[in-house]
Amino acid sequence: MSCGSKSGAGCASGKGCGCAGGQTVDAARRDFLHGAAASAVTLLAAGVTLYSFGPAPAAARAPGERASSSVRYGLLIDAAKCGDGCNECVTACQTENGWRDSGHPQTDAQWIRKLTVKNPKNGATFSLPMMCQHCTDAPCVDVCPTGASFRRADGIVLVDKHTCIGCRYCMMACPYKARSFVHEPLTDQKAHAPRGKGTVESCTLCVHRVDAGRIPACVEACNDTGGGAMLFGDLNDPNSEIAKRIATYRTTRIRADLGCDPGVYYRNI
Amino acid sequence: MAKIAYQKLHTHRPHYWGVIALNAVILAAGLGAAYYMEHRGHIVTGMNNQVVWGMPHVFAVFLIVAASGALNIASVSSVFNRAEYKPYARLSGVLAIALLIGGLAVLVLDLGRPDRLIVAMTTYNFKSIFAWNIFLYVGFLVIVAAYLFVMMDSYASRSNLAAKAVGGLAFGWRLVLTTGTGSIFGWLVAREAYDAAIMAPLFIAASLLYGTAFTVLALMLMGQAMRQRLMSDEMAGRLRGLMAIFALAVLYVTAVHHLTKLYASERHGIERFLLLDGGIYTVLFWVGQILIGGILPLAILAAPRLGHGRTAIGVAAGLFLIGGLAQMYVIIIGGQAFPLILFPGMQVTSSFFDGQVATYRASLPEILLGLSGLSIAVLVIGFAVKLLPFLPQPAR
Amino acid sequence: MARAVGKWVAASAFALLAGLVAPALDGAYAGDAPWLPKPARGQGDKCVADTDWMRRNHMTALLQQRDLTVHDGIRTMRFSLKGCIACHAVKGADEQPVTAESPKHFCRTCHDYAAVRVDCFECHASRPEAGAGAAALPARAATPEAETLARYVRSLKP
Repeated sequence: MSCGSKSGAGCASGKGCGCAGGQTVDAARRDFLHGAAASAVTLLAAGVTLYSFGPAPAAARAPGERASSSVRYGLLIDAAKCGDGCNECVTACQTENGWRDSGHPQTDAQWIRKLTVKNPKNGATFSLPMMCQHCTDAPCVDVCPTGASFRRADGIVLVDKHTCIGCRYCMMACPYKARSFVHEPLTDQKAHAPRGKGTVESCTLCVHRVDAGRIPACVEACNDTGGGAMLFGDLNDPNSEIAKRIATYRTTRIRADLGCDPGVYYRNI
Repeated sequence: MAKIAYQKLHTHRPHYWGVIALNAVILAAGLGAAYYMEHRGHIVTGMNNQVVWGMPHVFAVFLIVAASGALNIASVSSVFNRAEYKPYARLSGVLAIALLIGGLAVLVLDLGRPDRLIVAMTTYNFKSIFAWNIFLYVGFLVIVAAYLFVMMDSYASRSNLAAKAVGGLAFGWRLVLTTGTGSIFGWLVAREAYDAAIMAPLFIAASLLYGTAFTVLALMLMGQAMRQRLMSDEMAGRLRGLMAIFALAVLYVTAVHHLTKLYASERHGIERFLLLDGGIYTVLFWVGQILIGGILPLAILAAPRLGHGRTAIGVAAGLFLIGGLAQMYVIIIGGQAFPLILFPGMQVTSSFFDGQVATYRASLPEILLGLSGLSIAVLVIGFAVKLLPFLPQPAR
Repeated sequence: MARAVGKWVAASAFALLAGLVAPALDGAYAGDAPWLPKPARGQGDKCVADTDWMRRNHMTALLQQRDLTVHDGIRTMRFSLKGCIACHAVKGADEQPVTAESPKHFCRTCHDYAAVRVDCFECHASRPEAGAGAAALPARAATPEAETLARYVRSLKP
């Protein structure tokens, strides 16, 4: 099988990289490919699923090393592989970060949610996970009065809950409704995901896992038990699988018109 | 020019203390509500992850907007050299400070972490219009206090120059301040209802109207408590004219705002929601803001004979303020209730209420907190006029 | 003139008093006074820094580590709150680590005494996750980064 040699570049710099047999690319998607190089990648893509790229696409930094601005973490989500009733990414995020249903749907936090999108004209539907899009020019970061809402050097948008005063202006500004406000007192939070009443929170791209060289829980779950629709990686590294795919396929970013440069790319929406 | 005399609130009807006591009770209830909200979390309010700003913000923004407008009379007197407004300038200044303190208190007490106010005062993100507003509000308090000083201090007030300079600064500052308040909404690019430069002039027009209406009511209620006529017939006529012009300005800017949005197909959803089928928001817009807060008081003021009476002017001022609250409710809550558009032209559903109009019902604690902002303003004025001569002498 | 003399007398009296009291206080730090709080010992033989130093500077170290972790992704364990919580867990009657709700909690023993409010547990778990415990702590050996951090913290005001 050609997988090993073709994906060699993607496995550079010590990144784990596996190769599993699996799904084929359907004909329609080939339409988006172009150029001679693309046809070579088509062979590669035909042989792999997203979860084939090993347990650690993020190069683990030493614990004392700062997050680097040469890296830009992001996601690529293939809506064609995202099952309509599948909720694996959401459940995994809940387990990992400790947010849960408390019986108050209007006020409970949702770091990630499944959207079902339907064309009212013909009834065609697709579904996709929606979470913080980790924008370069994040409106939430711009509007935060205290700077609690910030973008880490490697592109991960976070809330520093130590300086968050709970004004919720970031929630007004976010185009994706990605943020939640903690409406009730909490106890026994996850040690790596502190959350507390009166502050705003959202998807952290599992920053604690990424710092340890692991992939976000949603991506892992999607690959293990979901549709294999999610890919995590460094958008800045031209040799990373995610960057190569984005360079190859036609991808979309939601509300790209706002010019915020989100770090989450979608396919087939 | 004859020296203008001012007075403190010396003798008054006993009901003055009744009003003070009532507002003290409301303030206590509001503080209790704030403590309850902080202790139990915002779950005890009607606010949720869809409507993140609720009733406290309606009151807070209303009061802050009114505060800058309350300075009108003072500005007209010292910046535009209209001596006939001078007797009312001090009250106008103290009213501006009182309303701003009331609004800010509500805003701060609604924070998720009000205990971290010190963080908000010491850690800034200067790209945030919200952070700028903190400076604008604090600056406004300082400048208006200085303005009052140069108007009232026996040495500083000997020449009009100082009052004119500080008054000019205050006038410029209040325009910037209201531009900032309007831009809190106007700069929200992601929301269909906001994202418009016209929010700033809309808020400025609204501030002129609310502030003048508050000044009229303050003069009339104080006068009533003192059994004196604080407002001359001539002044009543001028204030009547000012209110009518400002109300027309609000209606005009509101019309331009909606017409502009109506012209763009992509905004038809939000406009249909606000103007046609948005339930409470549609009712509050047409009946609350346009009818009760616009057309009706304008009709009263325009009525021959009736419109010139003090009662009519007072009633109109009250209606403008009710309409103002309705306007703030529609802008703040209605603007959030309409869902974000992630996929134009598509129907989106999720467990997080995507694609749905949000539900919001204000709870008692947040209403009490909002009302207490108004009470703070009343209490500040109530005590200020007893301490220092802010009030004009009775009109001839 | 008389006022200046008075100042002198007051200053001398204060110095004398301070000299008398200070040694007594020093002794108190050793924990021999019955009314002083006795925080539970952590697991292992010694803390990540001298106990004396930790008493005075743990808040600075924690704040510094907190900003480094949240903003820069530095995840050294030496001064991490997670590490303190794991190592200093105090077991309650049910053999489970107590939360900050309990006055027996490590942080509370001193903070209650000093009447200093701890804000950490509004968001952070105040006990190790079930099954995690101190075993999850990495070896104590300080990494070079932690050493740098410690040097920085020491260089701050005492």
